[in-house]
Amino acid sequence: MKAKIILKVATRSIMKSRMRSLLTALGIIIGVAAVVVMVAIGDGAQQKVEEQIASLGSNLIIITPGASNSGGVNRGMGTFNRFTWEDVDKIKNEATLIKGVTPIVFSGGQVVGGVGNWFTRIQGVSPDYLEIRSWPLASGEFFTERDVMARAKVCILGADIVKNLFPNDDPIGQQIRIRNTPFRVIGVLKAKGQSSVGTSNDDIILAPSRTVGDRLSGDHMRIGSIQVSAISNDKIPAVIAELKSIMRESHKLTQGEDDDFTIQDQSDLSETATATSRILTILLASVAGVSLVVGGIGIMNIMLVSVTERTREIGIRLSIGARASDILVQFLTEATVLSLSGGVIGVLLSFLIAYLLNNYTSQSAYIRPQIIMIAFGFAGAIGIFFGYYPARKASALNPIDALRYE
Amino acid sequence: METTLIKTVNLTKTYNVGEIDVHALKSVNITINKGEFVAIMGASGSGKSTLMNLLGCLDMPTSGDYFLDGINTSKLQQNEYANIRNQKIGFVFQGFNLLPRTTALENVELPLMYDRLEKVKNHQKQATEALKRVGLGDRMHHIPSQLSGGQQQRVALARALVNEPSLILADEPTGNLDSVTSVEVFNLFQKLNDEGITIVMVTHERDFAAFAKRIIEMRDGRVIRDAKIKDRLNAEEELKKVIAEAEIAE
Repeated sequence: MKAKIILKVATRSIMKSRMRSLLTALGIIIGVAAVVVMVAIGDGAQQKVEEQIASLGSNLIIITPGASNSGGVNRGMGTFNRFTWEDVDKIKNEATLIKGVTPIVFSGGQVVGGVGNWFTRIQGVSPDYLEIRSWPLASGEFFTERDVMARAKVCILGADIVKNLFPNDDPIGQQIRIRNTPFRVIGVLKAKGQSSVGTSNDDIILAPSRTVGDRLSGDHMRIGSIQVSAISNDKIPAVIAELKSIMRESHKLTQGEDDDFTIQDQSDLSETATATSRILTILLASVAGVSLVVGGIGIMNIMLVSVTERTREIGIRLSIGARASDILVQFLTEATVLSLSGGVIGVLLSFLIAYLLNNYTSQSAYIRPQIIMIAFGFAGAIGIFFGYYPARKASALNPIDALRYE
Repeated sequence: METTLIKTVNLTKTYNVGEIDVHALKSVNITINKGEFVAIMGASGSGKSTLMNLLGCLDMPTSGDYFLDGINTSKLQQNEYANIRNQKIGFVFQGFNLLPRTTALENVELPLMYDRLEKVKNHQKQATEALKRVGLGDRMHHIPSQLSGGQQQRVALARALVNEPSLILADEPTGNLDSVTSVEVFNLFQKLNDEGITIVMVTHERDFAAFAKRIIEMRDGRVIRDAKIKDRLNAEEELKKVIAEAEIAE
């Protein structure tokens, strides 16, 4: 029989009992929609994380103190628990493949100025910071290397600070007091929005690194990390190797001694960040996959009932010249058409759910084209797999018995 | 000049029911020529249904040979059996055996679908002609439940005719019909037979057997009588009589 006729016969008998066909396909519809939506939510979360990591800055490499592992014993903060200005200067002078380097000196405290006061993070950085983090200024200007060396009391405000302290005025040129030290505001950062952990990126004040180190942190002065920007993405491994040797030299580590610092680039960061969401996606998709298999069993169940119900029809078909293989193909096609159309409706449903999630909830869902293909493939395979046994049963009927069946 | 259509040689069928062997058919030898109209009669258990199943290639004999149109069917594979059913035989059953919720036209098209040689290109046209031949040109898009018993049997007959088979096998074709409708169906059978179609039918009623040209009687798996019918009934005349009687009764 021609494929066209086989399909016609299959769709005709599916359409003859619409309600039953719909209910049978419902298992597949729900299964496919569940798998696609679950994976889409996972992909959406992953995409968000990747976007946020990209927003950290281009080709960013971060050096943090403390070795992750030292001869099997994690010594962590043992020998070098902080970086020094010398580390930063050495990188700046010796590294060849970098666009810029900045220490990050962490501090924080109460800020008074404008219309009130505000508790915020204060970071001491170098003038390279803006380029490293690809973070432009909204107005004013950034401080210079001279300001850093002179420990100038100037600062750059994040958008949240401006909103809270200078809601109506232009903050540029204004005085603010950070932990009782007066600072002059020379610039304002562009708003950046939420960070990957949900806090605001804009709740920050930037000041020259040495100013923060010497005037604000005092004894607790600590360079929390050194951030470096490679000249291009493909140079990142070379830069990491270079940084490693510079840092080892700077920390006078002998051969055989383990690193007392950790170098990470964006791919490490994104891997850590996405690993969890990926595991969750796999877990959710597996659970959804189970419902797809249950849907397949539903198809088998109905096909078995259908074969019994239509024993006479099978007998008639055999008596007018159908071969056993024709009957097998007919029932197999019916099962496959059922599950594939269930797949189509399921995918459409998942698009609707993804649309609702993206527009009416904070959850983002992203449907990759491959997932649709995989879901279709699965639906089809399930139809064939679970349709085979009933089809086989139908084709094994003896025409005389089938015709006599009441 | 008469050509042989059906020839059975020592056709035997034995069923195994548990420990006991049931000899449904014992060495049957019959020959039926093209253009004949044969009625097979016998009580239930006489083997006539078994014979029909074998003649219809629905079942295989235990031993013996069955030649249909010159082909020794006992040597064929399952798929070739299916082809013979499709090409050479048209079935008409007591219970009509139409596909439910399927229009008359689609029912009649069914055998064309399974024709691997694809002799007929335009299925719909061929099926329409078959339906017109049985006088149902105006009922093509009705489903079986919208048709009377007689009409359903005529759809079944059209389905049997659509592949232009050499043989029509009818198993109690009027068993489910009232006498007037039965005579109508036999009228159709006789007309088709006059056009040259070979018909073999099983019937219980001696009255209806008289519409055939030849009668084969069976008992206990053997042919006990095989004779030409002398006083053959003409269904068309019978029909007039039956209708006249019905009018008088009113």
